[in-house]
Amino acid sequence: MTTGVDLGVPATQAIRSDEDVVRVRQLVRTTAVAVRLSLVDQTKLVTAASELARNTLIYGGGGSAEVTTVSDGRRRGVRIVFADQGPGIPDLDLALTDGYTTGGGLGLGLSGARRLVDDFDIRTAVGEGTEITITKWSR
Amino acid sequence: MERVPILKIGDILLVSILVDMSDQTAVQLQEDLAERIVATGCHGVIIDITALDIVDSFVGRMLSTIASISKVLDAETVVVGMRPAVAITLVELGLSLNGIRTALNVERGMELIAASRADDWDAVLVDDEDTETATP
Repeated sequence: MTTGVDLGVPATQAIRSDEDVVRVRQLVRTTAVAVRLSLVDQTKLVTAASELARNTLIYGGGGSAEVTTVSDGRRRGVRIVFADQGPGIPDLDLALTDGYTTGGGLGLGLSGARRLVDDFDIRTAVGEGTEITITKWSR
Repeated sequence: MERVPILKIGDILLVSILVDMSDQTAVQLQEDLAERIVATGCHGVIIDITALDIVDSFVGRMLSTIASISKVLDAETVVVGMRPAVAITLVELGLSLNGIRTALNVERGMELIAASRADDWDAVLVDDEDTETATP
């Protein structure tokens, strides 16, 4: 489950094209710098966001990324919600397995992104869409 | 769509990725490089990623593919300038960058390519000598 209090006004980036995936990376990078994540944590978060934004585009048929600054009292962090109204994921366990892919990629997007962040929450329904929430906290 | 420039320096093609590439730009680079290797007959490709602040699975796969394509076209690929944070993230992501040779910077990359070409020639020359001595 995700914890913490939203601080800032969320910034939303639509994901409709390749260039939008680049814009998501830039938005996440700017926010990560603003909450002073370490360089390694910034890199991990932006990489995870890049994987998930691409998934939203390719598998979800497009959607959006909502980036928010959060706090749990002690630490600050960045939360990102990726949402699409695509076909959903029928077998979540399988989709989270390293190397599993239906799209011709390396099958590291979902499983790899999960390893790179602190909180990872996924909700999906076949025929309705997928919503993935990730959070990275400052140390 | 932006295009990544490819520079020819002697026997080497140098690609410095200076912008955050869209996936399409990355695929285009793959094709452009294959064409330039054949057109120039270069035997080495150096991809400088000093300016890249992330390498995700797509770019990682592109680097592996470029290395494989170059190999088939008789050219050696070396990826140089990877940032420490990028290396840490790549490993955690689970990308192994199979078949990719790396060096710290462009200079080392050039040395690596020169050395591996020299080794290849040594091997060819040694083979020749062996053949000669074997013949009575």
